Amino acid sequence: MADSAFPTAPVPQLAQSMRDRSGVRRRLRYYGEKVAGSLVSLFAVILTSFFLFRIIPGDPVRTMTHGRPVSIEQQEQLRRDFGLDKPLAQQFLDYLTGVLRLDLGDSFQFNRPVTDLIGDRLWPTVLLVGTSVVISAALGLWLGVRCAWNHGSLGDRVNTGVALTLWSVPSFWLGLILIVIFASGAGWFPTSGMESTGVSGWERIPDIAHHMVLPLVTLVAVVYAQYLMIMRSSLLDEMGSDYIVTARAKGLRDVIVRRRHAVPNALLPTITLIFVNLGFVVFGAVLVETIFSWPGLGQLFYSGLAVPDLPLVQGLFILFSAAVILMNLLADLLYPVVDPRVRP
Amino acid sequence: MSAGTPATVAAAGPRRLAWARRRRTVARFWRQYRQNRAGLFGLVVLALFVLTALLAPVITADNALSVTQPPGSPLDGPSGDFPLGTDRSGRSMIDLLIWGSRVSLTVGFWATFISIAFGTLFGILAGHFGGWGSMVLMRVTDWFLVMPSLVLGVVLAAVMGRSLTTIIVAIGVTSWPTTARLVRAQTLAVEARPYIERARALGGGHWHVMSRHVLPNVMPIVLAQTTLMVGQAILIESTFAFLGLGDPTTASWGATIQAARDVGAVSSRMWWYILPPGIAIVLVVLAFTLCGRAIEGVLNPKLRERQS
Repeated sequence: MADSAFPTAPVPQLAQSMRDRSGVRRRLRYYGEKVAGSLVSLFAVILTSFFLFRIIPGDPVRTMTHGRPVSIEQQEQLRRDFGLDKPLAQQFLDYLTGVLRLDLGDSFQFNRPVTDLIGDRLWPTVLLVGTSVVISAALGLWLGVRCAWNHGSLGDRVNTGVALTLWSVPSFWLGLILIVIFASGAGWFPTSGMESTGVSGWERIPDIAHHMVLPLVTLVAVVYAQYLMIMRSSLLDEMGSDYIVTARAKGLRDVIVRRRHAVPNALLPTITLIFVNLGFVVFGAVLVETIFSWPGLGQLFYSGLAVPDLPLVQGLFILFSAAVILMNLLADLLYPVVDPRVRP
Repeated sequence: MSAGTPATVAAAGPRRLAWARRRRTVARFWRQYRQNRAGLFGLVVLALFVLTALLAPVITADNALSVTQPPGSPLDGPSGDFPLGTDRSGRSMIDLLIWGSRVSLTVGFWATFISIAFGTLFGILAGHFGGWGSMVLMRVTDWFLVMPSLVLGVVLAAVMGRSLTTIIVAIGVTSWPTTARLVRAQTLAVEARPYIERARALGGGHWHVMSRHVLPNVMPIVLAQTTLMVGQAILIESTFAFLGLGDPTTASWGATIQAARDVGAVSSRMWWYILPPGIAIVLVVLAFTLCGRAIEGVLNPKLRERQS
């Protein structure tokens, strides 16, 4: 960074190309380290998910066959089928290769491959969580910029207060209250589910949107506050900078100073945090999906917890953790692209 | 800081001087904290809740939590005897809320204690020693960072049984990495300062540097983090209780909301059953958040002017 800030004598061609090459190597090394780190984390997650659920006392076979007349021979057969009679190391190796082949075993309660179940439930969650992240990021960033730019004003105080309050609200409670008021009370929205029965074709879109309003409001209300606060403090940091003073001194209009100079720089740390948060939002959907009976991964996870359906919970644990790791990696890889100052 | 001439130091005694300095610091802290109105509001709300929790056995009747001999009939609306109605066993909602504050504050404080103790310890160790050990430690931290507390809670609940301790451990174990990262960054910043080099040059060992120089400088940040974390721990506790992972016999706010949902309070719109426990959670968490922000503001003057 220092050598680019003070261009002195023209650099000879040879030295220039040598520096470029070492730059490429440095960049490759940076990306390589990040990817390798994520892979290590992913391996640790698989390891955890294997051993964490092995320490649960109780016999999975007995849990599974609970309340059904099953002979000892059948139980032994099931044990062999699940590979529970093999040594632990062998079981782990089988498990690892299974995960790598996207084979997460069969769910105890649904008697179906976990991968299929996840495939069925993935899209409702992606739809709900994706929409909520887009809306809450847009809302949070927009309000955050306004708050920071007029900090200390009444609007700032009200917005910050509302955001902090909503941040303290348990999402499941907010969901219940919304149901009481708008669904079972006013009857404006359905209380649960994703679709009405008997609706097909293009009419499904408004129907799903109608069902999605309340869960969406709940998720956005709980999540956007964080983005607002991050954007606000990040922009306030930038507002004290010299280059903002310079921009103002040049006689630029307030809007231009804000849009062209301050906000782009303040967005950088915010983007990282949004990505990092994204992984956790998926997990946060567990409660909202449960409350609204939204047929997504979160609800699937909740139904697995109650039994407990080990392969299912295990598989979703890996999926949720992998989402967090992947988003962290994306943030790490994207950051140098959007911010030249930290380019390796 | 200016201790005066060596003669006065000898006269007053270094210990008394240190105490006088600490008193001054606390007084200054309070003076600045007082200027933050939201922080004061948080502090007052917090004091009220702590008082309620401490006085719970005094202000409620002996059979307040009894399911077999409840004071009222089940699911009654608000009345003169029960201003917020009764729950499904006929217990007064007000009494349930009062006892619930005990659960929330207990879990909040203990979970945060575990988290801060581990986080500070590992953060300082990783920041101080550096090298391979630090790298491994930070990897472990990252590993815990991606572990969802809910999953750990489920597993622990199955191993240790459903109790408050389980919830406390689950929250503490999954939330220490945040503290550790913060403390490590702060440790690195502190250790880069010249007076650490001076302490080393004078023969200060690892323990001396860590305990006498790094720790006091890291504590303020930890304090702000602690306050924010108690609120979050309370929020997670209510979630756990709501999902049925808590001790079924304790009157936690989350468990009350869960019970309300179970008896169909949502469809029959028994607002007095659902609304109050949620408001209690929001108030406590908000109070901790406001206090934490106020403390942060005092410690970081740059933040202070923007919070006003």
